[in-house]
Amino acid sequence: MNHPPIAEIEKEIIEDFSLFDNWEDKYEYIIDLGKKLAPLEEVHKIDDNKIKGCQSTVWLTASYEDGRVYFKADSDAVIVKGLVSMLIKVLSGQKADDIINTQLDFIAEIGMMSHLAQTRSNGLLSMIRQMKNYALAFKTIQTAGQ
Amino acid sequence: MLMTDSIRQQFPILERMVKGKPLVYLDNAATSQKPQVVIDALTDYYTRYNANIHRGIHTLAEEATMAYEATRATVKDFIGAETTEEIIFTRGTTEGINLVAYTWGRKYIHAGDEIIISGMEHHSNIVPWQILCQEKQAVLKVIPVNDAGAFELQDFTALLSPKTKLVSIVQVSNALGTVNPVKEMIAAAHETGALVLVDGAQSAVHLDINVQDLDCDFFAFSGHKVYGPTGIGVLYGKKALLDEMPVFQGGGEMIKEVSFEQTTFNELPYKYEAGTPNIADTIALKAALDYISSIGKPAIRAHENELLEYATAQLENIPGLRIIGKAAHKVSLVSFVIDGIHPQDAAIILDNLGIAVRTGHHCTQPLMKRFGIPGTIRASFALYNTKAEVDALVTGILKTIKMLS
Repeated sequence: MNHPPIAEIEKEIIEDFSLFDNWEDKYEYIIDLGKKLAPLEEVHKIDDNKIKGCQSTVWLTASYEDGRVYFKADSDAVIVKGLVSMLIKVLSGQKADDIINTQLDFIAEIGMMSHLAQTRSNGLLSMIRQMKNYALAFKTIQTAGQ
Repeated sequence: MLMTDSIRQQFPILERMVKGKPLVYLDNAATSQKPQVVIDALTDYYTRYNANIHRGIHTLAEEATMAYEATRATVKDFIGAETTEEIIFTRGTTEGINLVAYTWGRKYIHAGDEIIISGMEHHSNIVPWQILCQEKQAVLKVIPVNDAGAFELQDFTALLSPKTKLVSIVQVSNALGTVNPVKEMIAAAHETGALVLVDGAQSAVHLDINVQDLDCDFFAFSGHKVYGPTGIGVLYGKKALLDEMPVFQGGGEMIKEVSFEQTTFNELPYKYEAGTPNIADTIALKAALDYISSIGKPAIRAHENELLEYATAQLENIPGLRIIGKAAHKVSLVSFVIDGIHPQDAAIILDNLGIAVRTGHHCTQPLMKRFGIPGTIRASFALYNTKAEVDALVTGILKTIKMLS
């Protein structure tokens, strides 16, 4: 599969967001992304996959195929789910090293950093950390197997 | 009605814009905003007479000590205590409760003893007792909460027994606003020989507090919820109890004489105030309490209750909105859920409209579980809030529902 690199997808998202000139349009777009993200199957909504925030919860699963990491995720809050959807779009299907090294600058560019700062209320920052951990774990297992 | 226009001018933060809109601050149950007199008291202390208290023989130390002790006298009157020896300064309600758990509790709670709390307690009035009960093999009993978010007095008295050593009860629920019948509970508890601690974190700002009339054994509250600074709170305890209780933290101030063989402890209230205390915030707490007294709690309450009634009526009209906590006796706080909308999503949209509310479980997870919800949206009103702000909240919620559904 020919997967565009992280920077290219980030650039696309930043361009999409540059079209919005008010907060309502921006949030309506994120809410829409949240609603459209395919829900995670109930069997995956288990404690092992749970990243619990103080107010909302994120569930995350990962798989590894041909050197690329694939993520699926869900949240019980729709705005968080919209942000989760963007993280999946950017990181799912990327090479482990690229996931480990990315700074995810697009989050600040589109003005969503405040949601990452609220570490206690949602699991977003922990989710990013967990995505990188998965990438590192898959890479380590693969290297050990060689 | 209070003159909210002139009152609002005394709170500089209320002029702030948030996300380009005028701030609508409805998170007063978390912390109230501070009037200029409180801010001035803080800067005045640091500008003119910052010094350590109770020790130095110089003018600044004397002025600081006098101001610090003046707050103690004001607190005594504010809650109707008998003497200033019964007023212990703490970091806040949580520390006050922990102080009792770690000192009185360690000495007087034994295996098989029972401690009663209610199903609507803040985690701060659950966890210290859980820790104590585990350590001592004592039993924690919980008064069940009904559908209205209150409890029946007989459900409490049914739990009382000769084994009951302590009842630790919230006077006003932070999550629902329910006012509990603490005076009747205290009388009933005393009949069986149990002591009563009242968690006054939410009540001190709204209700008239008289600890002698209530006859409670301990009463704890926080400065920052009564228009005062953060980091300062009060624990009231009956003198006879405080005298018999072991010390909490050791250090300076709390000692009479120290040798390597033995230390004798200071008198009340200093016995419980180890180390250099939070002098600035203690001094500014007086300004906050004087401010409340200058307006008068009955006038403040009348204004807040009017806002509560107005907000309740407006919110009940919104389709899909359900108020959690419909006790007959409530303070000016309304907690609610909206069908199909996660409270956190609502808070994000409201924040973009400049409206500050609290969402989540409000540190009362067992209570949320009782209602089968992960959390609520909570709007809590103070003396400076207006009907126009309630209208802004209602408009904001309608917009939230439109955007999220």
